[in-house]
Amino acid sequence: MKRVWIPVTFAAFALSACVTINIYFPAAAAEKAADKIIDEVWQTQQADKPAEPAVKEKK
Amino acid sequence: MNTMIKFLMSLLALTAALNAFAVDLEVNTPGVNAIKQSMQARHAQLAAHYASGAVGLTADGMIALRDAGAVPLAQRQAVNALVAAENNDRNALYAEIANANGHPEWQAEIRSTFAQRWIQRAQPGWWVQDGGSWKQK
Repeated sequence: MKRVWIPVTFAAFALSACVTINIYFPAAAAEKAADKIIDEVWQTQQADKPAEPAVKEKK
Repeated sequence: MNTMIKFLMSLLALTAALNAFAVDLEVNTPGVNAIKQSMQARHAQLAAHYASGAVGLTADGMIALRDAGAVPLAQRQAVNALVAAENNDRNALYAEIANANGHPEWQAEIRSTFAQRWIQRAQPGWWVQDGGSWKQK
Protein backbone atom coordinates (compact mmCIF):
# COMPACT_ATOMS: atom_id res chain seq x y z
CA MET A 1 0.00 0.00 0.00
CA LYS A 2 2.81 2.35 0.89
CA ARG A 3 4.50 1.70 -2.47
CA VAL A 4 1.67 3.33 -4.32
CA TRP A 5 2.29 6.68 -2.66
CA ILE A 6 5.87 7.10 -3.80
CA PRO A 7 5.14 7.43 -7.52
CA VAL A 8 2.05 9.47 -6.77
CA THR A 9 4.13 11.94 -4.76
CA PHE A 10 6.68 12.19 -7.54
CA ALA A 11 3.97 12.65 -10.10
CA ALA A 12 2.54 15.50 -8.06
CA PHE A 13 5.96 17.15 -7.91
CA ALA A 14 6.52 16.74 -11.61
CA LEU A 15 3.11 18.15 -12.43
CA SER A 16 3.60 21.11 -10.14
CA ALA A 17 6.88 21.80 -11.97
CA CYS A 18 4.97 22.03 -15.25
CA VAL A 19 2.48 24.46 -13.78
CA THR A 20 5.26 26.55 -12.24
CA ILE A 21 6.90 27.07 -15.62
CA ASN A 22 3.74 28.67 -16.93
CA ILE A 23 3.14 30.88 -13.93
CA TYR A 24 6.59 32.42 -13.70
CA PHE A 25 7.48 35.09 -16.18
CA PRO A 26 9.76 33.73 -18.93
CA ALA A 27 12.36 36.50 -18.81
CA ALA A 28 14.66 35.13 -21.50
CA ALA A 29 11.80 34.58 -23.91
CA ALA A 30 10.52 38.07 -23.23
CA GLU A 31 13.92 39.55 -24.04
CA LYS A 32 14.02 37.65 -27.28
CA ALA A 33 10.53 38.81 -28.17
CA ALA A 34 11.37 42.40 -27.26
CA ASP A 35 14.49 42.36 -29.44
CA LYS A 36 12.51 41.02 -32.35
CA ILE A 37 9.89 43.75 -32.06
CA ILE A 38 12.49 46.50 -31.51
CA ASP A 39 14.35 45.37 -34.63
CA GLU A 40 11.19 45.69 -36.64
CA VAL A 41 10.07 49.01 -35.20
CA TRP A 42 13.48 50.66 -35.46
CA GLN A 43 14.44 48.71 -38.60
CA THR A 44 17.80 48.19 -36.97
CA GLN A 45 18.74 44.86 -38.45
CA GLN A 46 18.27 44.06 -42.09
CA ALA A 47 17.32 40.72 -40.62
CA ASP A 48 14.19 40.74 -42.71
CA LYS A 49 15.53 37.57 -44.23
CA PRO A 50 12.13 35.90 -44.56
CA ALA A 51 11.52 38.44 -47.31
CA GLU A 52 12.99 36.18 -49.96
CA PRO A 53 12.70 32.51 -49.08
CA ALA A 54 11.44 31.48 -52.51
CA VAL A 55 14.71 32.35 -54.23
CA LYS A 56 16.60 29.71 -52.25
CA GLU A 57 14.10 27.02 -53.16
CA LYS A 58 16.02 25.51 -56.09
CA LYS A 59 19.70 26.16 -56.67
CA MET B 1 10.71 -1.12 -8.67
CA ASN B 2 11.72 -1.24 -12.30
CA THR B 3 8.37 0.04 -13.48
CA MET B 4 8.59 2.87 -11.00
CA ILE B 5 11.93 3.98 -12.44
CA LYS B 6 10.53 3.80 -15.93
CA PHE B 7 7.53 5.79 -14.83
CA LEU B 8 9.71 8.47 -13.26
CA MET B 9 11.94 8.64 -16.32
CA SER B 10 8.98 9.16 -18.61
CA LEU B 11 7.63 11.87 -16.30
CA LEU B 12 10.99 13.59 -16.44
CA ALA B 13 11.01 13.45 -20.22
CA LEU B 14 7.48 14.81 -20.32
CA THR B 15 8.40 17.70 -18.02
CA ALA B 16 11.41 18.56 -20.17
CA ALA B 17 9.28 18.50 -23.30
CA LEU B 18 6.68 20.75 -21.73
CA ASN B 19 9.38 23.20 -20.64
CA ALA B 20 10.68 23.41 -24.18
CA PHE B 21 7.23 24.38 -25.39
CA ALA B 22 6.68 26.97 -22.73
CA VAL B 23 9.78 29.09 -23.34
CA ASP B 24 8.51 31.13 -26.24
CA LEU B 25 6.40 34.22 -25.88
CA GLU B 26 3.69 34.67 -28.49
CA VAL B 27 4.11 38.00 -30.26
CA ASN B 28 2.73 37.16 -33.66
CA THR B 29 -0.90 38.14 -33.19
CA PRO B 30 -2.95 40.53 -35.34
CA GLY B 31 -3.12 42.97 -32.42
CA VAL B 32 0.64 43.01 -31.83
CA ASN B 33 1.36 43.27 -35.55
CA ALA B 34 -0.97 46.23 -35.98
CA ILE B 35 0.68 48.14 -33.13
CA LYS B 36 4.11 47.26 -34.48
CA GLN B 37 3.22 48.64 -37.93
CA SER B 38 1.95 51.84 -36.43
CA MET B 39 5.11 52.28 -34.34
CA GLN B 40 7.30 51.48 -37.31
CA ALA B 41 5.63 54.17 -39.40
CA ARG B 42 5.93 56.70 -36.57
CA HIS B 43 9.59 55.94 -36.05
CA ALA B 44 10.42 57.65 -39.34
CA GLN B 45 9.30 60.92 -37.76
CA LEU B 46 10.61 60.23 -34.27
CA ALA B 47 14.14 59.22 -35.26
CA ALA B 48 15.22 62.82 -35.89
CA HIS B 49 13.96 63.85 -32.46
CA TYR B 50 15.82 61.03 -30.73
CA ALA B 51 18.96 62.16 -32.53
CA SER B 52 18.50 65.83 -31.63
CA GLY B 53 17.92 64.96 -27.99
CA ALA B 54 14.45 66.47 -27.96
CA VAL B 55 12.94 63.09 -27.17
CA GLY B 56 14.45 60.43 -24.94
CA LEU B 57 13.73 56.86 -23.87
CA THR B 58 12.43 56.59 -20.33
CA ALA B 59 13.23 53.90 -17.76
CA ASP B 60 9.61 52.69 -17.81
CA GLY B 61 9.54 51.70 -21.46
CA MET B 62 7.99 54.95 -22.72
CA ILE B 63 9.38 58.03 -24.47
CA ALA B 64 9.31 61.61 -23.22
CA LEU B 65 9.90 65.14 -24.44
CA ARG B 66 13.26 65.74 -22.82
CA ASP B 67 14.44 69.02 -24.26
CA ALA B 68 11.66 71.12 -25.71
CA GLY B 69 14.27 73.71 -26.67
CA ALA B 70 15.64 71.36 -29.31
CA VAL B 71 12.36 71.61 -31.19
CA PRO B 72 11.34 74.78 -33.06
CA LEU B 73 8.32 76.33 -31.41
CA ALA B 74 6.17 75.72 -34.47
CA GLN B 75 6.86 71.99 -34.32
CA ARG B 76 6.48 71.52 -30.61
CA GLN B 77 2.81 70.67 -30.75
CA ALA B 78 3.45 68.04 -33.39
CA VAL B 79 6.26 66.44 -31.38
CA ASN B 80 4.08 66.33 -28.29
CA ALA B 81 1.41 64.56 -30.31
CA LEU B 82 3.98 62.09 -31.64
CA VAL B 83 5.21 61.32 -28.14
CA ALA B 84 1.67 60.83 -26.84
CA ALA B 85 0.73 58.58 -29.74
CA GLU B 86 3.90 56.53 -29.35
CA ASN B 87 3.28 56.06 -25.64
CA ASN B 88 -0.29 54.97 -26.31
CA ASP B 89 1.01 52.36 -28.72
CA ARG B 90 3.67 51.20 -26.31
CA ASN B 91 1.14 50.77 -23.49
CA ALA B 92 -1.11 48.86 -25.86
CA LEU B 93 1.81 46.72 -27.06
CA TYR B 94 2.79 45.60 -23.56
CA ALA B 95 -0.82 44.85 -22.65
CA GLU B 96 -1.42 43.02 -25.91
CA ILE B 97 1.61 40.76 -25.51
CA ALA B 98 0.59 39.91 -21.94
CA ASN B 99 -2.96 39.15 -23.02
CA ALA B 100 -1.89 37.20 -26.10
CA ASN B 101 0.03 34.88 -23.80
CA GLY B 102 -2.86 34.45 -21.40
CA HIS B 103 -1.10 36.28 -18.58
CA PRO B 104 -2.38 39.86 -18.26
CA GLU B 105 -0.44 40.07 -14.99
CA TRP B 106 2.84 39.86 -16.91
CA GLN B 107 2.30 43.32 -18.35
CA ALA B 108 4.58 45.09 -15.86
CA GLU B 109 7.39 42.60 -16.41
CA ILE B 110 7.01 42.83 -20.17
CA ARG B 111 7.20 46.61 -19.88
CA SER B 112 10.38 46.50 -17.83
CA THR B 113 11.96 43.96 -20.18
CA PHE B 114 11.17 46.24 -23.11
CA ALA B 115 12.42 49.29 -21.21
CA GLN B 116 15.82 47.65 -20.73
CA ARG B 117 16.02 46.51 -24.32
CA TRP B 118 14.93 49.85 -25.85
CA ILE B 119 17.60 51.61 -23.78
CA GLN B 120 20.29 49.06 -24.41
CA ARG B 121 19.69 49.12 -28.15
CA ALA B 122 19.32 52.89 -28.50
CA GLN B 123 21.64 54.36 -31.09
CA PRO B 124 24.71 56.39 -30.11
CA GLY B 125 23.75 60.01 -29.47
CA TRP B 126 20.24 59.20 -28.27
CA TRP B 127 19.20 60.13 -24.75
CA VAL B 128 18.05 57.48 -22.31
CA GLN B 129 16.90 57.59 -18.71
CA ASP B 130 19.27 55.96 -16.29
CA GLY B 131 18.30 55.85 -12.63
CA GLY B 132 16.17 58.97 -12.88
CA SER B 133 18.60 61.15 -14.81
CA TRP B 134 19.15 61.53 -18.54
CA LYS B 135 22.25 60.15 -20.13
CA GLN B 136 23.45 60.35 -23.69
CA LYS B 137 24.45 57.09 -25.34
